[in-house]
Amino acid sequence: MQSAKQDIIQQLHKEVLGIQRLKKSAGLTLDTGLWDAGNAFPDQTFPLGAVHEFISNAKEDAAATNGFMAGLIKQLIKRGMAIWVSSKRTLFPPALSVFGIEPERIIFIDLWRQKEVLWAIEEALRCDALAAVIGELSELSFTESRRLQLAVEQSRVTGFIHRYNPRSENVTACVSRWKIKPIASDIGDVPGMGFPRWNVQLQKIRNGTPGRWQIEWSAGQFRHIPGQSWSITEFPKRKTG
Amino acid sequence: MRRYVVIWFRHLKTDWMVRRQPELKDVPFVMAAPEKGRMVIKAANMAARAKGIDTDMVVADCRALLPALQVFDDKPELAGKLLHALAEWCLRYTPVAAIDRHDGLILDVSGCPHLWGGEKPYLEDMVTKLQGFGYDVRAAIADTIGAAWAVCHYGKASWAVEPCRQLEALLPLPPAALRLETTILERLEKLGLCQIGSFINMPRKALRRRFGVSILSRLDQALGQQLEAMQPVHPVEPYQERLPSPEPVRTAGGIEVALKLLLEKLCQRLAREEQGLRKCLFKCYRVDGVLQQIEIGTSRPSQNVVHLFRLFELKIATIEPALGIEVFTLEAPVIEDNRPIQDALWNFTEGGNGTAIGELLDRIAGRLGVHTIHRYFPDEHYWPERSVKLAGSVSERPQTCWRKDLPRPIHLLPRPEAIEVTVAIPDYPPMLFIYKGELHKVCKADGPERIEQEWWLQQGQYRDYYCVEDENGARYWLYRAGSYEQGDPKWFIHGFFA
Repeated sequence: MQSAKQDIIQQLHKEVLGIQRLKKSAGLTLDTGLWDAGNAFPDQTFPLGAVHEFISNAKEDAAATNGFMAGLIKQLIKRGMAIWVSSKRTLFPPALSVFGIEPERIIFIDLWRQKEVLWAIEEALRCDALAAVIGELSELSFTESRRLQLAVEQSRVTGFIHRYNPRSENVTACVSRWKIKPIASDIGDVPGMGFPRWNVQLQKIRNGTPGRWQIEWSAGQFRHIPGQSWSITEFPKRKTG
Repeated sequence: MRRYVVIWFRHLKTDWMVRRQPELKDVPFVMAAPEKGRMVIKAANMAARAKGIDTDMVVADCRALLPALQVFDDKPELAGKLLHALAEWCLRYTPVAAIDRHDGLILDVSGCPHLWGGEKPYLEDMVTKLQGFGYDVRAAIADTIGAAWAVCHYGKASWAVEPCRQLEALLPLPPAALRLETTILERLEKLGLCQIGSFINMPRKALRRRFGVSILSRLDQALGQQLEAMQPVHPVEPYQERLPSPEPVRTAGGIEVALKLLLEKLCQRLAREEQGLRKCLFKCYRVDGVLQQIEIGTSRPSQNVVHLFRLFELKIATIEPALGIEVFTLEAPVIEDNRPIQDALWNFTEGGNGTAIGELLDRIAGRLGVHTIHRYFPDEHYWPERSVKLAGSVSERPQTCWRKDLPRPIHLLPRPEAIEVTVAIPDYPPMLFIYKGELHKVCKADGPERIEQEWWLQQGQYRDYYCVEDENGARYWLYRAGSYEQGDPKWFIHGFFA
């Protein structure tokens, strides 16, 4: 009886995913490393062909966020090129090779106006020849995010939107919302700085379970620091009315 | 009745040199190219010829003859290019013009001379114009190419051969006028046959046995008994399409329809000729005489109507139709080969579709400007600001590898910002630093990595870089410009690590 119920629920889950066009693309999965975030995602895989939102508030957080994004993009970019749209970009291309990306595979579009950034992101998301599209901007309204989501539904390109210092953390149509903060690295008693280590917070994920992990980037992949992670079971309180 | 004109440029290359550098007019000069380890003269001007210098002589010998001789490098493909251009110029006299070997033109002028009032004024006009350009030319007209060629090169007085009078014209000329091979000419000379007339009436069998079949065919061609083919030049039609509209067009919709029609026509032609356009001009001629035009450029040759239309679409709004547009033209001033094989250059990533990315970049460049698109390659400099260079195009590959052994921050400030530090001297990492009014306590640090100034590019202090981590786990890239031994060095923050 219990298992039959489970089956029905799983079946319904799959149908819902189908309706939301979050079907697994054939042969396209993102191995996010050793960490157990798999359970957090719908269908146990990192959703591709969707727009992910990253929020950072300080310069240090922005650097950590870009590092974490670069680690995710590393696996996507093996199949092609990516476009990085930003205004006031401070990203230093050679550092991407630390995260396993050949920097020449990324085409940077450097703009000034917010409107132009959005237009370029949307246009790039419509191009199915790209492996990934990264956009750096601060404000993204719900309508704008829906436009981006509609664009990726056609092309199945994965989009990463990095919002630096947004005025408000408004609701968007993005499939997930992440917050990355750097935490102290650890290499034991040896003096010096260790591998980059982050506090990764998955605040929102459609059809998944939000969670929080401590992740380290070492030997070209994500490594989960055990004992520090937990799933956020209770939803953060929202203002209503 | 066919009539042919043969024009012989007697000093094509040297005349061209004089045209470009008029001061060479009376100076003896030659054009020479290396051959078997020595410089051999390929062309000599009249002044040099007057001193006894001719083609196929060795430059060193000629210098002995004439120390003031000027020598220029020979351009082997120059003659072909010049003749092609001249043949195209001659299309004003006849629709069929061909290049004759390396120093002449053949024109099929059947039915043309009467437009100039007869053959004499026709030929005179042609020759005076060419001489006006500075070329030393001779021209002759006859019923056959062979006869015209013979009279042009070897005829003494007459420039024209009357219709059906080739035989008489040929009789006094030397055998070389028949365009025979040198071996045959030598054999004829050995036998004392110095005029065409002395062997033209010999039995054909005997001629063929002694001199081969080519002498017979050359004779037949000159006399008009055998047809001689010529390869006329085809001028490249400009890539241009035109569309007049019966009623003046005033709406954006109408302009779009016109543009689509023109693009389709142009792209069909481009596809047929395996060409792609790099630049395209859309011109609208308004009723009131004002010309409105929009222009697009593509990053790689394209013949894709949809893509080109999208590029134009962004700019259609800038056209002001006012009272209406009566004629549309579409021009492609810059075109390039667009063979399918070129795709291989692009798809350096498996499955990557270079054309689609190229088209996306075209749209972005069209709307936001090409200066917004950047792609980086490693540059062989340690100085961080100089360690990357811009790539030329999307298909280009880097020449050198990216360095992974040195720590580089993921965010690099465009300009290093000054910070205040508390530091143990002489060369320890800071214990504390204040950046933008905020105090950071350094917990872990790496370094220093000294990067010297590249003195051949820029003078100044060297930098000692430290990677530091503060108590919150944030990682920074700091440096000290210079050392404490030389005074009070400044500290800067230059980047953020992930």
